[in-house]
Amino acid sequence: MCLALPAKVLAIDAMTDMAIVSLGGVRKDVSLALVDDVRVDDFVLIHVGYALNKLSEEEAERTLRLFAEAGLTAGEPA
Amino acid sequence: MKYIEEFRQHDLAHQLSAAISKAVKPDRSYHLMEFCGGHTHAIFRYGVQDLMPPNVKFVHGPGCPVCVLPIGRIDNAIALVERHDVILCTYGDVLRVPASGRRSLLKVKAAGADIRMVYSVRDALRIAQENPGRQVVFFAIGFETTTPPTAVAIRQAQAEGLGNFSVFCNHVLTPAAIQNILESPEVREMGSVSIDGFFGPSHVSSIIGSRPYEFFAEEFQKPVVIAGFEPLDVMQSALMLIRQLNEGRYEVENEYTRVVTREGNTKAQSLVAEVFELRRVFEWRGLGLVPYSALRLKEAYAALDAEKRFDTPAIAAADVKGCECPSILRGVKRPVDCKLFGTVCTPENPMGSCMVSSEGACAAYWSYGRFRRPETASRESVA
Repeated sequence: MCLALPAKVLAIDAMTDMAIVSLGGVRKDVSLALVDDVRVDDFVLIHVGYALNKLSEEEAERTLRLFAEAGLTAGEPA
Repeated sequence: MKYIEEFRQHDLAHQLSAAISKAVKPDRSYHLMEFCGGHTHAIFRYGVQDLMPPNVKFVHGPGCPVCVLPIGRIDNAIALVERHDVILCTYGDVLRVPASGRRSLLKVKAAGADIRMVYSVRDALRIAQENPGRQVVFFAIGFETTTPPTAVAIRQAQAEGLGNFSVFCNHVLTPAAIQNILESPEVREMGSVSIDGFFGPSHVSSIIGSRPYEFFAEEFQKPVVIAGFEPLDVMQSALMLIRQLNEGRYEVENEYTRVVTREGNTKAQSLVAEVFELRRVFEWRGLGLVPYSALRLKEAYAALDAEKRFDTPAIAAADVKGCECPSILRGVKRPVDCKLFGTVCTPENPMGSCMVSSEGACAAYWSYGRFRRPETASRESVA
């Protein structure tokens, strides 16, 4: 039920506080009522028609590096 | 899709698996409870359990808001449509939850009631705008993730003076449930459920932040790692929990930093605080009456509260005989321990709520785990 998916913001309508996002290529209308400072090309987390949060690209890359680092230590002798 | 595929990479999964095997101490076990059905789903769908050493065990928690909703609340909703002729709007998961007398909202809909499945509470608002002559009730359900959208809709209905719209509120709070599990006799005294650490919720935490868990880590001396819902997130978080346990630490760590901060979404928090207040007590399936674990509409929004507009008496309803959902939700039993599992209870014809939602432990076992070899499955024993 708490499923939320990352979607890319394609266009913003400031008057209605709505955005058009691309969810893996599917265009959807979502409300921006719960988030601030969203810009076109940002990724937002979508849940029941609302953007809940912005996704941090930097943090996503950092987490992926952590996975790779954990894998590297696994290969070292104990 | 960006931010999804990268977190499901096969090679990285095996590297993390090797790192976990190397990190675990052979002379102890690691019982890690995932509170969220999203994690349960990921663990089963991607076979994460099979990538863990035998002494790392996942204990499945309450799962999802649908799983913990008591039958009496569904009975209330059925009464709303049958007695008050309302249009009842709700999220899809709720429709198949068994109610009393072998009924469900889906069966009542099939018999002619005006029950509509919506993707968003915005759809319920639109239905109310399009049907000014009818009462429209939104059956609101969900953890902290789903509550803010309901708050936005309530404020919008108030602002627009949408007199035929109301909300039947079943929003519940995760920290109260985690505390209830940790304080339960099974965990504290009987030792029949062993929990060494917690995977913290992903999207609940995107709203409430990681700060609310600091109390549990300190009070109960159990590590918590906020984990994303993708398989690599779960594995990395397991590694972080194992490291904390090895080092004797019990801190709140955050693996899901691409979304979750310590403070969370403060805009959403203040909207929720403006519209909702705590209920003194609320019934959870499996956990019983949990103090301060759910929300209701504040007095300022009482006109939009379906429980005030219509008659919704507290209904004490019993679960289906033989259904082990209550024990499964607390991590005391596994789905395969239930006599109904896979016999009379399947996702097509669920007897208990854990088989309804795809995030329920029973549905996850049924969909992805039932063909595993018995010796592999038995390694998950929570005992």
